[in-house]
Order: sequence, then C-alpha cells, then structure tokens
Amino acid sequence: MEIPAIVGGGLIAIGVGIGLGGIGRGAMEAIGRQPEAYGKIQTAMLIIAALVEGFGFAALFVL
Amino acid sequence: MSYTDEETGGKVYVGIPLPVILWDDGIKIFSSSKLNHGESIAQIEDKFYKLYHGKIYLTDSKGTINYNEEGHPTNIVPLDFSITKSVVSMILVSLLMFILFKSLARSYSRNGLVAKGVGRFFEPIVIYIRDEIAIPNIGEKNYRKYMSFLLTLFFFIWFCNMIGLSPLGINITGNIAVTFCLALLTFIITTVSGTTYYWKHIFWMPGMPIYMKLILAPIELLGVFIKPFTLMIRLYANIIAGHITMMTLISMIFIFRNWLGSSLSFALAFFISIIEILVALLQAYIFTILSALYFGFAVEEEHDH
Repeated sequence: MEIPAIVGGGLIAIGVGIGLGGIGRGAMEAIGRQPEAYGKIQTAMLIIAALVEGFGFAALFVL
Repeated sequence: MSYTDEETGGKVYVGIPLPVILWDDGIKIFSSSKLNHGESIAQIEDKFYKLYHGKIYLTDSKGTINYNEEGHPTNIVPLDFSITKSVVSMILVSLLMFILFKSLARSYSRNGLVAKGVGRFFEPIVIYIRDEIAIPNIGEKNYRKYMSFLLTLFFFIWFCNMIGLSPLGINITGNIAVTFCLALLTFIITTVSGTTYYWKHIFWMPGMPIYMKLILAPIELLGVFIKPFTLMIRLYANIIAGHITMMTLISMIFIFRNWLGSSLSFALAFFISIIEILVALLQAYIFTILSALYFGFAVEEEHDH
C-alpha cells in the first residue's frame, strides 16, 4: 500500500471537487442575476467544467 | 471474443481474423489467424513472429522470448502497421459519417434547401457548430476554411465515443495514439495558419515592458505545445476512465454472487453508463470548441485593443 499515492489521489479528488463547486456557484449566481442568459452561462460553465475535470483526470492518470 | 468450450475446456475464439502488416526489411502481410492469439508462431519467408502480451516479436523457430533482468522481453519488435479492431471500427465510423452526410448534402440539392432523410437530425447540430462555435471564435471572414475540419472532428469523436459504450467492446478514442493524432491535426492547422500577428504575440508580446516580454516568451512557447497536449489528455482520460469504471462495476456483478451486491452493482453501472452518454457528447463538444478557439487565436487580425 503506497500511502503517498493514496493521499495524492484523495487530494486530487478534493481539488477537482472544490474547483467544480466553485464553477457551479459562480454559474448559479450569474443565472440568478440574469435569468435570460441561461443558455450562454450553461455553455460557459460546461466548458470550464470540462477543462477542470480534464486536468484532474490527467493528474489522476499520472498518479 | 472468446468463450470456454464446454467439451474440451479450451478457449474458443469467435471473430474475424484481420491482416497483420509488419515492416521488417520489407512489408510482410499475413492473416492474424496464423498468430492464433499468441499460441502459434507465424512463419513468413524464414522469419518467425510470435504474439506475446499484445505485441508481436521476432523470434526463432521455437518461439523463444529472451528476457532482460526486469523480466521484459528483449526480442526485436518489427514496426507494426496491422489493421486492428480499432482501425476497422474507425473505417466503419468514417463510412457511416460519409454516407449520412453525403445523403444530407444531396437532399439539399434535390429538395430546395430543405433536408430530407436521416441526415435531418444533424442539420441543427451543423448549424450550431457554425453559429456558436466557428463564427464567434474564428470570425466572419475566414471561418469557412475550418468548418469542414471542425465538423469532422465533432462527429467523429462523438460517434467513436458512443461506439465505445456499446457491448461490442470497441475502444477507439480511449487509445492515446488516436487522440494524439487528433490533437496533432489541430496543432498542425494552428501552426500552418498562424499569421505574423500570432507569432509576434507568442515571442514578443507587444505593449509590455521589456522584462515582461522576456518572461512571457518561454511561457507562451510552452503554451503552444501544452494546449494540444491537454486536448489529447482530456479526451483520452475522460473516455478511458469511463470504460474502466464500467468494466469494474460490471465485473462486480459477477464477483458478488448474491442478490444484494449484484443488483446494486448493476444499478450503479446503469447510472454510470447514462452519464457516459453525456460525457461522449460533452467531450466531442469541448474538443471542437477548444480547437476553434485555438484557430481563432491563430488567424486573429490586427486590431486596436
């Protein structure tokens, strides 16, 4: 059992979780302020979520 | 595909043998049934090849594999250009795309700018790619040159991802060589279509004090290579993570041989496969929009900030 590898994997998961949560929070607030722009905000949110998740997957893969 | 034959207890393989193409002082093409899934040694004009752990090695007539200290084989590996299942699936996907979109294109000329037939479902997607992905990023003037590449990219990645979810066991975009080639195409197109404005912004960013220019140059140069690299890794890691999760959960059904564990694993596998359908579309969309973004950077015109 490699403890550093396990701890690293957990930290990556925490990092991705915080990142995606932050994106979701920003998107929800923006939708709340301007409900007409729902489509554009959703598109931008999905793009940034894919970027963050891609980075998380890459880190997990290297690990 | 293989199953265990009940009568003899040996493995019975069901499938079509595909050609193996090797380059080893000249092209050697033979059917993969000669390699017989790693059990027999193929003899082609006094050279012997053996399939061992998924790779083809050059051996002698007895099929010896020489190992070094760590246990890795040290036989010569000839250049392998074989037609594998992934290659056949890619050819089938391209054929499917060609038939679909050719019939869509022809239906326009016959029905007066109204699409008919199966291709109708893809028309809104094509328009979406043109209006929301290509024009905002690349600009009105020269988005047409890149539209064919972006459309091909989107539908190819989408269809390949979807096929990877089927029970046929075909893994195209989960192969890092495939995503490497897709990202390489994006990189080549951005490099070839880069204007002097683009290269100036990378090596000598105008409008900054001189020390900032020297700091920014290596970072921007790294960015030129890292951006397609992340495209490759993102697609590969998302798809392969989905496949591994599915495989693990489906195997758990057979490991838990009671009602509770198997049904829970089945439910989890079902939900993960629904998410994977979303991921298939999303990853194709992300790859396309980021490629369009990079093309937009490359062909940006001089304008006042």
